[in-house]
Amino acid sequence: MIRFENVSKTYEGQTKAALLNVNVEIEKGEFVFLVGTSGSGKSTFLRLVLREHRTSKGHIMVAGKDLNRLASWRIPQMRRQIGTVFQDFRLLPNKTVAENVAFALQVIGKPRSHIRKTVPEVLELVGLEGKQDRLPDELSGGEQQRVAIARAFVNRPMILIADEPTGNLDPATSEGIMKLLDRINRTGTTVVMATHDVSIVNQMRKRVIELENGHVVRDESRGVYGYQH
Amino acid sequence: MRLNYILSDLGIGLKRNLSMTIAVVVTIWVSLALFGSALLANEQVGLMKGNWYGKIQISVFMCTKDTGGRGCSGAEVTQDQKNRIRQVIESNPDTAPDGVFGESKKDAFAQFQKLYKDSPIASTVTVDQMQESFRVKLRDPKQYQNLVSAVAGLPGVDNVQDLRQYLDPLFKALEGVQVGAYISAGLLLIAALMQISNTIRLAAYARRREIGIMRLVGASNFYIQLPFLLEAILAALIGAVLACGTLWLGVYFVVMRRAQETFKVWQWVGATETFRATLIMVVVGLVLAVIPTFLTTRKYLKV
Repeated sequence: MIRFENVSKTYEGQTKAALLNVNVEIEKGEFVFLVGTSGSGKSTFLRLVLREHRTSKGHIMVAGKDLNRLASWRIPQMRRQIGTVFQDFRLLPNKTVAENVAFALQVIGKPRSHIRKTVPEVLELVGLEGKQDRLPDELSGGEQQRVAIARAFVNRPMILIADEPTGNLDPATSEGIMKLLDRINRTGTTVVMATHDVSIVNQMRKRVIELENGHVVRDESRGVYGYQH
Repeated sequence: MRLNYILSDLGIGLKRNLSMTIAVVVTIWVSLALFGSALLANEQVGLMKGNWYGKIQISVFMCTKDTGGRGCSGAEVTQDQKNRIRQVIESNPDTAPDGVFGESKKDAFAQFQKLYKDSPIASTVTVDQMQESFRVKLRDPKQYQNLVSAVAGLPGVDNVQDLRQYLDPLFKALEGVQVGAYISAGLLLIAALMQISNTIRLAAYARRREIGIMRLVGASNFYIQLPFLLEAILAALIGAVLACGTLWLGVYFVVMRRAQETFKVWQWVGATETFRATLIMVVVGLVLAVIPTFLTTRKYLKV
């Protein structure tokens, strides 16, 4: 589903590479943790998958397409197959829960009937039934993140990218979010999650890719956060 | 549904930037109105030129005993000389067919008496003091130099008068005014351009969250740009309509009601020219709105 072939990325005006010779293959339906300290290259990894940046060297294949060869006008099309969740939720404060989720479908031109049917379904999936008319401010952090996940998942993407989705949440809430991501993963969606959260990684026992200074230093299929000594 | 959404978005955008939108509308209004006036002034000068130059004739005055021109020798022009001069004029390619008319001393005297009938000099001149002349119509009023130089200096020619030498400075001055109008209109249009791009920048900044999410979920660039485009086009159209209205009012009150009544002999710009000018204004207004919007929003869409 996602393949990095000798990928290096150096940002403009910088000498140090954010990623260096990264080779990674993530299969369809996998759940992958991306761990590493701040500045290790996790965010760069995710941004490259979203084609927010181009690689300096190497190729990235997403869903069989070489992102370097993708014409810029086709990038939006490609992004519709990837859902994204962030640490800071990124909800629109003046829209209700349902409107926030519907927004993602409206702006890619989905018909109203489709939106009316899909939005309640996905809100139920993330456990927000009955809260569709609330504003983000009226929700707890965990609930806001559920709205963000609902928005990312409402178009049934093949890939879900989560950049520290539990970074702002307490452990109990985080566990709920992880259960939700796991449920989404079980529908066949590939999930790539960057995180600092040791206990979550250790609990889930999923594939762990560790980055350090732009290198992949570890790739274990049922890993934990840090090395086991 | 999509249109619905875009329209509601447009309404929100306009409300949010109401003061900036008004500023844009006013700038476009004033600059386009000035631009339209410059266009009309251009047409007017053209009409006046056609009018005046069409009436221009060259007067070739011939020698009398008292004249001291280059071709004169202190004697009256002879019949031979007159024939020769007429022949030169008629054979010149710039002379209009049948464009030569000879004015005798008697004709000149009658003309003089008519022009100065209330003046004491009318009674002091005699027929004999008048100059004979040829009045020449030109094929193309702009092509006169060739004829003037061919005739000037011929034996028997006192001097050659060309009205253009009096009209040209007038038109030069008018053209200067026109250039000034175009330059100030151009400066204002540039100001409008910058103001629109600034307004769009502010609007894009105000909507950066929405834009960020739209890009993330894969909205097409055109879809993201559309509200901004509509906003700019709407502002430009309102400004253009106001400018066109201003121009029509100006033409109606200044030209149709005043100038045309006062100076009936001249041709004045009318509905046709004004309509043409307003069409150009609307097009310029739209271009003015669309180009900076595209350029400014592109920056926000680039990733």
